[in-house]
Amino acid sequence: MDFGSLLVQQLINGVSLGSIYALIALGYTMVYGIIKLINFAHGDIYMVGAYVGFFAITVLGWGIFPALIVSMAVTGLLGMVVERLAYKPLRHAPRISVLITAIGVSFFLEYATMYFVTPTPRTFPDVFSSTGITVGGFVVNGQQLLIFAITLILMVILTYIVQKTKIGKAMRAVSFDTETAQLMGIDADRVISITFGIGSALAAAGGVLVGVYYNSIDPLMGIMPGLKAFVAAVLGGIGVIPGAMAGGLILGVVESLVSGFLSSTFRDAAAFAILILVLLFRPAGIFGTNTQEKV
Amino acid sequence: MIFGKKLRRTAGMVLGALMLGGVLAGCGGGGGGEKKAASNEIPVGANFELTGNVANYGTATYEGLALAIDEINAAGGVNGKKIKLIKADTKSENSEAVTAATKLIADDKVKVLVGPATTAPVIAETQIATEHKVPILAPCATSAKVTVDNGKVQPYVFRSCFIDPQQGDVMAKFAADNLKAKTAVIYVDSSSDYSKSLGAVFKEKFEAAGGKVLMEEAFLQKDQDFKATLTKIKTANADVLFVPAYYEEVGKIVKQAREMGITKPILGTDGWDDPKVADIAGKAALNDTYFCTHYSDKDESVKPFLEAFKKKYNHAPNVFAALGYDAGKVLIDAIKRAGSDDSEKIAKAIAETKDLKAGTGTITMDKNHNPIKQAVILQNKDGDRLVAAKIVP
Amino acid sequence: MNSVQKNDLRLLVFGVVLFAVIGGAMEGGFIGSFWKLNIILIGINVILSASLNLINGYTGQFSLGHAGFMAVGAYVGVILTTNFHLPLIAGMVGGGLAAAVLGFLIGLPTLRLNGDYLAIATLGLGEIIRIVIMNIQYVGGAAGFSGIPHLTTFPWVFATMLLTLFAIKNFVNSSHGRACIAIRENEIAAAAMGINTTKYKVLAFTIGAAFAGVAGALFAHCFYIISPGSFTFMQSFNYLIMVVLGGLGSLTGSIAGAFVVTALSAALADWPEFRMIIYALALILLMFYRPQGLFGYVELTKLAPFSRLRGLKGGREE
Repeated sequence: MDFGSLLVQQLINGVSLGSIYALIALGYTMVYGIIKLINFAHGDIYMVGAYVGFFAITVLGWGIFPALIVSMAVTGLLGMVVERLAYKPLRHAPRISVLITAIGVSFFLEYATMYFVTPTPRTFPDVFSSTGITVGGFVVNGQQLLIFAITLILMVILTYIVQKTKIGKAMRAVSFDTETAQLMGIDADRVISITFGIGSALAAAGGVLVGVYYNSIDPLMGIMPGLKAFVAAVLGGIGVIPGAMAGGLILGVVESLVSGFLSSTFRDAAAFAILILVLLFRPAGIFGTNTQEKV
Repeated sequence: MIFGKKLRRTAGMVLGALMLGGVLAGCGGGGGGEKKAASNEIPVGANFELTGNVANYGTATYEGLALAIDEINAAGGVNGKKIKLIKADTKSENSEAVTAATKLIADDKVKVLVGPATTAPVIAETQIATEHKVPILAPCATSAKVTVDNGKVQPYVFRSCFIDPQQGDVMAKFAADNLKAKTAVIYVDSSSDYSKSLGAVFKEKFEAAGGKVLMEEAFLQKDQDFKATLTKIKTANADVLFVPAYYEEVGKIVKQAREMGITKPILGTDGWDDPKVADIAGKAALNDTYFCTHYSDKDESVKPFLEAFKKKYNHAPNVFAALGYDAGKVLIDAIKRAGSDDSEKIAKAIAETKDLKAGTGTITMDKNHNPIKQAVILQNKDGDRLVAAKIVP
Repeated sequence: MNSVQKNDLRLLVFGVVLFAVIGGAMEGGFIGSFWKLNIILIGINVILSASLNLINGYTGQFSLGHAGFMAVGAYVGVILTTNFHLPLIAGMVGGGLAAAVLGFLIGLPTLRLNGDYLAIATLGLGEIIRIVIMNIQYVGGAAGFSGIPHLTTFPWVFATMLLTLFAIKNFVNSSHGRACIAIRENEIAAAAMGINTTKYKVLAFTIGAAFAGVAGALFAHCFYIISPGSFTFMQSFNYLIMVVLGGLGSLTGSIAGAFVVTALSAALADWPEFRMIIYALALILLMFYRPQGLFGYVELTKLAPFSRLRGLKGGREE
């Protein structure tokens, strides 16, 4: 393969990886946008989503699409429960305490899952064809197409919800100014709860897709993708929904290019270096608006 | 308001004091009394990665070890005493491995330490064990440095598995002689000592045999996506791809390599020996792959172990479980021959292990505290494992 | 000034008495090897949490890269002692200096960021440091640096811990420290008052990094082998937990936080399966009941009973 076609192949690899980062990053960014919390447990929510999908497929014998929907529903509910139990009582506490609680929740989800399903990785059964399709010399596999398609559909739905529905309007209002929104009669607690639900459901979709794509899941699988998704969210401008999508894709492509043309041992370092460089020139991320702080 | 604040602060202080008090109470007590071994029991420390990054390796090894110990206890124990396995967790961190080993040695008064599964924590706990003259039996720490440090044999450290150079050597010769490979690409896990040193040995031996290593690539533990590097590897078009790594990553690498259109043979080492590889990669993708390991499941002598393991845990053992079981067998044999539960006598007996029929083969300990044992090279074919070569030491 | 020095002297005497009691108990065999090791670990963790507290709690800059500085200190320290056969003190000083230089170089550009952006940038830098170390063959790469002499002893740790606490306490009580606190309370107002905010932020960051480096060197000489895997961002989280659990902006809190986290993990060692689950629940519950930490912005020495001891009234101002 010459350089040009190698580049295109690496871009294909990068976009499929980036779509998954984007799905997880959306949940981060939505939660951050609305209550300014870095939800470190989000990566573990994604892990739980993968396990719910796994059990739906293996124990209940369902197909990929019902399993995906059930996993999104169950995990979305879990996200709401976590918010209600762990974060809501701390709504007026210092932000850093909520952050520590989020780390606590993250440990809890990881190790409670590990206790019940053992640390041994589980393998997803073959539910979706992984045959490589060769298009003009490039290999695209069926699962990559599935990931693109589902990510795209979910993002369209999300954009519709946020932009066109009543609850989306309420979300934007609460995110913009919680107190004023409450004065306008918006039930902020309910809106926050729904935001957690939607974010968690998106992460669950990411989890199931990763399970199908890479074929193996384990209780600590959420740590690294969780961190990467957070990087993606910050890269795009945390709190900005299109930013999370763009950030995820950029991160995926950068990682692929670094692994492909330099060395994969420096892949993570490169991802962080890009983030830091972007932040130095655009301190609020690519799509973030830099608000001037007032006294 | 002021009163409320005061009250809250007092409540916090009381809570803090209670927590400190509870912890201090823990200091004094040193843990539950039922953990202490009775006089008719021989306490053995099982220091493994039960949580953290490599918990899957640690727990699997522990399962194998526990099976061997349960079997002997059910058969009446050793020298009239039962072996009591006391678990500790290293959190997959070197420093925690040392604290856990210290706890086992000082508080639980174990006679022997078994574990951890990976190399670095075994090296980390060596000093504390040597100070207390408690032998360490490492079931699957393969680095040569574990038992021999700067040309000096560690008097209290033993292992019951291959060392890295053996496997790298065997696979390089296999690639050059049996597969007639002229060129190779090496793809290692750069976060693992095991993988890196195997890659280095393979390179040396393969080039000595007249081959050429075209490309050396690396990935990191827990990586999910290998396609970018595999795309690069594909362009080298080498005769073989050597991936000395553990099963989780191996399964994904083989799967993704075949999807990317790499059709050449892929070689590996005993880290491949896990039923999960076939589950992750799929039977078709695994065709034309070879790896070296300790036993073939077709061997009659291995059957009892495989059956007992499946019966107890409901799944097939992987290489870690098998090595844990072997370590258990070496330990039981040594205690039997030592005729006492004295740590130093047990250490001496482990060093003198000779022609022991363990679960997966025959073990004789050499002067560097490394076992001499047979190896087999298995070929994956349509979901089955065929013996491609047998290497008798 | 006089009363401050007198106060210092009192604390110093208290420290020496504490050292004698614990040291005596260790020598006299009242404390087993397991808890001896844990007491040393607590001491090291106190240095780390106190130095992180200077950055996070007193200056208000949210840093998540502490494990990276610790790693630099640890590696530079072991190279000096193991490869160049220098004494431990040289390793500690060298490790501390190297971490300080790196902290300065990193702090200068990144401290312009604020809040969560700074957090993720420092987290990323910590990871970059770790990945770079992992790719240096001279220090053993991913396999780690082994053959480190066991030099860390209780007196070394305790003396370093006391030194760190006094240095940070006096820094915070100096005009430099007041400038840092002003930045925490309101950066723009502080700048308007004529405080060179960049200078003080970088200063606090550099001092914090230096002590993290010293602690790293002590940590490395405790365990015979160090590997990059011991310095991941999870480790930085661990120190952040100690700081927040103990209370931001309180040195007493840093001590308490380091003690509770380390000792809790040790006390739960008998139940390996449940240890992390219990730890997680304890963390969540503590944050519910004490969101500001055990000693949020309060020093033990400023509480009523102690103030009365000193014959001062109303010494509770925060």
